[in-house]
Amino acid sequence: MNSSRVETMNHFPAVEAEEERAMIKNSQPRLTDSLIRRRRFFQKVLFQLFRSAAGINGIVLLVVVFYLVYNGWSAITWTFLTQAPTQMMTKGGIFPCIVGTFLLGVGALTVAFPIGVASAIYINEYAHPGKVLRIIRLGISNLAGVPSVVFGLFGLAFFVIYLKMGVSLLAGALTLGAMSLPVIIGSSEEALKAVPNTYREASLALGATKWQTIWKVVLPSAFPGILTGGILGLSRAAGETAPIMFTAAVFFTPRLPQSVFDEVMALPYHIYVLATAGTEIEATRHLQYGTALVLIFLVLGLNLLAIIWRARLRKKMR
Amino acid sequence: MVISRQLKEKGMRSFFFLIAFASVAILLAITIFLFREGIPIFNLVSVKDFLFGIYWYPTAEPPDFGIFPLIIASVSVTLLSACISIPLGVMTAIYLAEIAGPRTRELAKPIVELLAALPSVVIGFFGMVVVAPILQNTFNIPVGLNLFNASLMLAFMSIPTICSISEDAIYSVPNALREASLALGATHLETILRVVIPAAISGICTAVILGMSRAIGETMVVLMVAGGAAMMPSSIFDPVRPMPGSIAAEMAEAPFRGNHYYALFATGMVLFIFTLVFNLIADHMSHKYRQVGDATL
Repeated sequence: MNSSRVETMNHFPAVEAEEERAMIKNSQPRLTDSLIRRRRFFQKVLFQLFRSAAGINGIVLLVVVFYLVYNGWSAITWTFLTQAPTQMMTKGGIFPCIVGTFLLGVGALTVAFPIGVASAIYINEYAHPGKVLRIIRLGISNLAGVPSVVFGLFGLAFFVIYLKMGVSLLAGALTLGAMSLPVIIGSSEEALKAVPNTYREASLALGATKWQTIWKVVLPSAFPGILTGGILGLSRAAGETAPIMFTAAVFFTPRLPQSVFDEVMALPYHIYVLATAGTEIEATRHLQYGTALVLIFLVLGLNLLAIIWRARLRKKMR
Repeated sequence: MVISRQLKEKGMRSFFFLIAFASVAILLAITIFLFREGIPIFNLVSVKDFLFGIYWYPTAEPPDFGIFPLIIASVSVTLLSACISIPLGVMTAIYLAEIAGPRTRELAKPIVELLAALPSVVIGFFGMVVVAPILQNTFNIPVGLNLFNASLMLAFMSIPTICSISEDAIYSVPNALREASLALGATHLETILRVVIPAAISGICTAVILGMSRAIGETMVVLMVAGGAAMMPSSIFDPVRPMPGSIAAEMAEAPFRGNHYYALFATGMVLFIFTLVFNLIADHMSHKYRQVGDATL
């Protein structure tokens, strides 16, 4: 369906030109000629405008990434990646932040992935269109729109204070999990939708129950697609700062977290504090660039992985 | 045997049903806990004084809790960023859906997605160390961290949202409409402007609203590049302190369950209501004004 559509699209200019040529032959040549030229010119100008708008987006991404790579490259050494900060944060590395971000991301995913996939299964396999489904969808779309700082406040009030978890890895992971839930539900739903209905019908016709069909037929064929959703959720959780500011992250801890109730250091928060609140903002500039570069590599790398994986899946499906 | 199978089926069904309500439950919990921690401030100041008071000096003695400057800052930053992001986002969407060849499209869509994935703290950092000095020098202003800089950075955070949703809407306009228009002698451009876009307008509006909702709630960017002065801005080069930035900056130093703490939660409530309204409008539009064709928004 996709490719045929594109072909018709490409025919348009040709069809147009033919029609116009016919028109010029048949009716008053001069008037139509100038009119067509004007319309053509207008089209050219506006199309160029649209094209440059698209170009600007690409350029911005490239500029940001290249600028950070250019400035941060020299900061990234083996020591930088594997050592803790030393000398009042002005020297040393970011190892504890990498560990913290990794743990927060994995923790968030452990909570959000099963819940997200199960929600998507209900929505796509069990639910019938109606009020209940409408409420669930409204809940998901509104959850996706909640500002990240509000998630932070919620995490502080609920996990940190009400459930008495304190500022901890656990509280941060749960907050991030709540935040990345809509992302995971969305991608899992898309993956489930892509499973052809004939699979389900064949399984049911063989006498399998609905659950058996989902577990043995639908989920295995949707699994790779669901996994891309997990990767996107992980990258979202790893890159966010505001939700962990009050729930999990601290500027400095002398040791790596020993339990889920310990505070952690995290990459995004590290960048923020070094760039704004440090006593020697200029002196740590190269550390900031380095940390930003590591975070970008992590987040964009995960996304790129998901995008490539999905593109391959779509090709296979066809 | 059959009975137990049926029972198990029913059990699974209710199990998934319960889990599917997790999102709704979390949303409810967010509402409850925001209000629980935010409402007590209204024992001290009235709702009207809180929303429309123009002085925000939470640590002064006696303190002033008026968040009007913060609301104005949020709204102005969002509107200014919308002036940049709506044209750019929608034009990019039109280009990708209607003009670009399949190859360009395949290359450009991931780029837009990657732009959406850039961590906000990195955009904020970029705004601080790169854009601020440039603005300072070009416009000859005392501070580079201001309303304009924040709007610029926010625009690039909301473009991907606007672009990808409106691209979906435009792309799913049925081809028959385009063909009919072209058959009547309209040029490609006229077809786009007079047929395709009107047909997709509800999707485009949804995209714009969601993009603006993302901009008003975005925290790290405004925290790092908006300048942080809780005053009414008089020009676009004034430093401002939008709501999310204020919450993020002050929460750490606000005494636990003190008035400042309650006031920040109440600010969070206001912000939450803002975005909730945006999202409900977007949802309403995409359901009520179902667009022609089989768009799935």
